[in-house]
Amino acid sequence: MKQLLSGNEAIALGAQLAGVRYASAYPGTPSTEILENLAKYEGVRAEWAPNEKVALDAAAGACYAGARALASMKHVGLNVASEALFYLAYTGVNGGLVIVSADDPGAWSSQNEQDNRHYARFAKVPCIEPADSQECVDFMATAYDVSEQFDTPVIVRTTTRISHSKSVVNAPEGNGHAPRPLKGFTPDPTKYAMIPAHSRRRHPQVEARTQKIAEWANTASINRIEWGDKKLGIIASSVAYQYAREVFEGYSFLKLGMSYPLPEKLIREFASQVEQLVIVEELDPFYEHEIKALGISCVGKEYFPMTNEFSLAVVRDGARKLGVPQPEPVATPAGIVAPPARPPALCPGCPHRSTFYVLRKLKVRVAGDIGCYSIGVLPPFSAMDTIGCMGASLGVAQGVDAVGANTDKQPWVAVIGDSTFFHAGMPGLANIIYNRGASTVLILDNDITAMTGQQQNPGTGVTLQGAPGQKIDIEAVVRGMGVRDVFVMNAFEEPEVEATIKKALAIKDRPSVVIAKGPCVFLPDYPEKFIDEVDEAKCNGCSLCFRVGCPAIFKGALDAKTQKPKAVIDSLLCVGCDVCLQVCPRDAIFRVGN
Amino acid sequence: MNKTDFLLAGVGGQGVLTASDIVAEVGMALGLDAKKSEVHGFSQRGGVVESHVRWGPRVGAPLGEKGRIDYLLAFELMESTRWVEYLKPGGTLIVNRQRILPMSATIGDAVYPSDETIEKSLRAVTDKIVYADGLEIAKGLGNKNLANTVLLGALAHELDVDPEIWLDVIVKRVPRKYLEENKRAFWKGLGK
Repeated sequence: MKQLLSGNEAIALGAQLAGVRYASAYPGTPSTEILENLAKYEGVRAEWAPNEKVALDAAAGACYAGARALASMKHVGLNVASEALFYLAYTGVNGGLVIVSADDPGAWSSQNEQDNRHYARFAKVPCIEPADSQECVDFMATAYDVSEQFDTPVIVRTTTRISHSKSVVNAPEGNGHAPRPLKGFTPDPTKYAMIPAHSRRRHPQVEARTQKIAEWANTASINRIEWGDKKLGIIASSVAYQYAREVFEGYSFLKLGMSYPLPEKLIREFASQVEQLVIVEELDPFYEHEIKALGISCVGKEYFPMTNEFSLAVVRDGARKLGVPQPEPVATPAGIVAPPARPPALCPGCPHRSTFYVLRKLKVRVAGDIGCYSIGVLPPFSAMDTIGCMGASLGVAQGVDAVGANTDKQPWVAVIGDSTFFHAGMPGLANIIYNRGASTVLILDNDITAMTGQQQNPGTGVTLQGAPGQKIDIEAVVRGMGVRDVFVMNAFEEPEVEATIKKALAIKDRPSVVIAKGPCVFLPDYPEKFIDEVDEAKCNGCSLCFRVGCPAIFKGALDAKTQKPKAVIDSLLCVGCDVCLQVCPRDAIFRVGN
Repeated sequence: MNKTDFLLAGVGGQGVLTASDIVAEVGMALGLDAKKSEVHGFSQRGGVVESHVRWGPRVGAPLGEKGRIDYLLAFELMESTRWVEYLKPGGTLIVNRQRILPMSATIGDAVYPSDETIEKSLRAVTDKIVYADGLEIAKGLGNKNLANTVLLGALAHELDVDPEIWLDVIVKRVPRKYLEENKRAFWKGLGK
């Protein structure tokens, strides 16, 4: 059956066809849809985990028990899961285990552009890289076979352009294939329990395994030579191969499906027959360094950049410098006036709006975290000073506080979302409490993992499949951990938000936690009742409501007296959250029926 | 049909991605290879959304090139000027007249460009400009969410493809409940 699938849909299909029984993940762009699609298949137990390390540990357990298992994550998720990756490299598997790492060249929705092929070499596990959706399906079968044949976890690495591009796939339908039977667990602590004596014994086996896989890779069908003009030999994988195929049309290619370990013999054979060897790879010179280390001469990063994602234009640029004629770039015609930028904004009706309005107003410094609320860093809020990684806000706040920089004059707070709190925020809070810190922590609980597209989490009490799970109450967790001063506020009541944050900030000798409760505007239980409107006669253009940063409020005609623009509310965009109405000092905003 | 590159651009929430799925599937229905690519994530928060679709006998790169796109379908008025340099000189441009103010204009750091400024920018690249009133037509049909289907109709009008092929793809994609109104929206966009 032919269908148009995204890379992520295709990976889910490939996993299902390979007989996966268990899959676990934490949502993260561009990897999220893998689990969402796997969850649709019968016979697969697919779960959201609180974080990527837990997901990989759980996948490890399933594979030890003899199931084919999968853990998927975005590239930085593998940092979180890396400790699990490294022990798994030593223990190996029982049922096949695949770790999908979706990298993000271009950092479209990430804090960096790390190249996770390095993890394969670092942890000494194979890495397989599909170049389109068809290969996403096909290579999953290969990945599980390699995993079981060589007793190793396998990384399948995609990039945003592989995960989020759709292309034609010819494959059977996903349902109707039973997962493989459980192999059964044979106790063997020397393999599965990594005390020093055992890990020292496993290490030589790991090294030997890499050699065996490298040997296998020489003849594996996922690495293939496509002979053409031998003047240039191009080595490429993933989406870089797709660009290179168009740009270096007619030349010889070694298309790599496995980026680690590399097929040395195959590369030597290819290199020996071409005049010049050119490595076209996105991000780091991973192949280039490996191939140069083999003593094979090649070019790469002097022609193709190490930063940002590739495009046809970028690869053409390099090709031109290599003397391969390319169509000239089309010059941008004169006379195009660039429109204003359109930075992301908190949605109309977002429950985070009131909190950032108040944080800005109170001029506190904010240690931020990863989520929709990262938008708090942008105008008009400009109310986030640091953003690093999942859960970083609490650690940063504790460090600031510990050196005496969290003062009356310049208070700091940590801001973190509900899902991020479960992901990596709880250890940070434990650190503050245990070490007698005095930070104020704001947990913005919108009852969903919003930024990645509304995924469930432990705080929602609903599973990936939408079935009832066990809800974990954040307030109870925080109190149970030992915070005495816990305030719960309604995020849609700006005066309450302001009063509550002030109350928490006034506590100087012990930690305080403020939980802002209000559902994400995309949730079905969002309290949509009204549309707000501006009374033109009352509005004098004071501009306070513009500071709530709502895309539904814009500047209209000038007020005759103040000569400042009056507010206008777009009735198509407004959902009636009332935050603008609450901050308006002249009662010029009122509710009308929906 | 030869190699054809499309770029669909707009603002998060306008249905750009669904529309580009449909364009890609129409290519497949024509027996061509097809790819489409965009970035999800932050863009759904009112940010810029652009989605490339490529048809051809064999499509390699998932993204088209600046100055070489055959059809640009802009879901929002000002966004047409952001992407028009991707259109090949003289290429076909379909522009939805809907305006969605960016936050920079809302808070007064920038001004939404005038119709004249926009028109001038577009004319710098092509004279084949088709304006569509996607949102107004959709509202007239009783559902503002139909705007993207209206725009697909407007695109179909410019392509030499049997409208029934478009409808077949739309029928497969749209929940039954919304099917009839989507068909009406498509025909309206097509000008029938």
